Amino acid sequence: MTPLRISIVASIASILLILVVLELIRSRRLRERYALLWLLTGVVLLVLSAWRDGLNTIAGWVGVTGYPPAVLFAVATLFILVVLLHYSTVISKLSDQSTILAQRLALLEQASKKSPREEIGTPGTEG
Amino acid sequence: MAEPRRIAIVPARNEAGAIAGVIAELRAFDPGVDVVVVDDGSTDRTAELAAAAGAAVVRLPFNLGIGGAVQTGFKYALEHGYEVAVRLDGDGQHDPQELPKLLGPLAAGEADIVVGSRFADGSSTYRPPFARRAGIAWFARLVSLLTRQRVTDTTSGFQAVNRLGIRLFAADYPHDYPEVEATVMVFKHRLRLKEVAVQMREREHGTSHITALRSLYYAVKVTLALLVGVFRRKAVPLEEGEA
Repeated sequence: MTPLRISIVASIASILLILVVLELIRSRRLRERYALLWLLTGVVLLVLSAWRDGLNTIAGWVGVTGYPPAVLFAVATLFILVVLLHYSTVISKLSDQSTILAQRLALLEQASKKSPREEIGTPGTEG
Repeated sequence: MAEPRRIAIVPARNEAGAIAGVIAELRAFDPGVDVVVVDDGSTDRTAELAAAAGAAVVRLPFNLGIGGAVQTGFKYALEHGYEVAVRLDGDGQHDPQELPKLLGPLAAGEADIVVGSRFADGSSTYRPPFARRAGIAWFARLVSLLTRQRVTDTTSGFQAVNRLGIRLFAADYPHDYPEVEATVMVFKHRLRLKEVAVQMREREHGTSHITALRSLYYAVKVTLALLVGVFRRKAVPLEEGEA
């Protein structure tokens, strides 16, 4: 059986996670698109922390006999992995887009005949 | 009184089949309206055909999604000093003949944003599939509750705004499925929103940017955004100046 104290501490931590994520969305520091996974993580962890019979049952399913809270850590780790993987895809997309932006900008600059060299004034070309 | 300078914002992604017709219809209906087409990363000839039809074309370097594309149009309208902006889709589902219904309340000073609703008077022949109808009903109820005003069509992209609306949307516009959140944003900034009944046509070409598979994801995301959005601070102070 999961020690009661672990359930309480884990529940509080999950609630804190959910509140922090909501506050980040509210203050526009986190887009909903990226917040959903975190909220899902928080909700799943909260359910597993508070619903102690459920945690024991799942521990039984996956063969954890001695210490059910280990399942809590395993689930938390799994979610963190998913979030990280998701971020890797987001970063890849962002880096592709910043390449395109840099190329567009350079082409525009060339088209508007304002190459950095002319703007700074190359020594020896004037006077 | 001189007619206000007005612009039609047309977001388009791969609408080569319809875009020229949309622009021609707009022009035929109201020769005084300027048109800006925001090409959201099309891979077909949308931009070329739009420019040939006489529209200003803003090509985004990659696909930003509907919210980013529409906001680009509002930024264009703001920077070029337009007083009225109407938004209509590049696929031809919004009929320019309905424009006077949208522009009337703006001109009369009754509203800052006017939304063409398919469901306002119950006479619409538009029958979307069940899942979409459920989503529309859910958001209509939630938005009506949050804004304390009866809103029937929260996903309509057929809208007209005055200078206040242009300023707000240029400063802040939601991302995917933006109209729902924008409605609540408008309410929060104390702009006056009015719905008018319009008929919409079946889309001529292209497909909706919202496929059935992603509907649930969007429904959850937008609901979250709406609920959190209520507690958000304002994006832009609109009190002073132009009223």
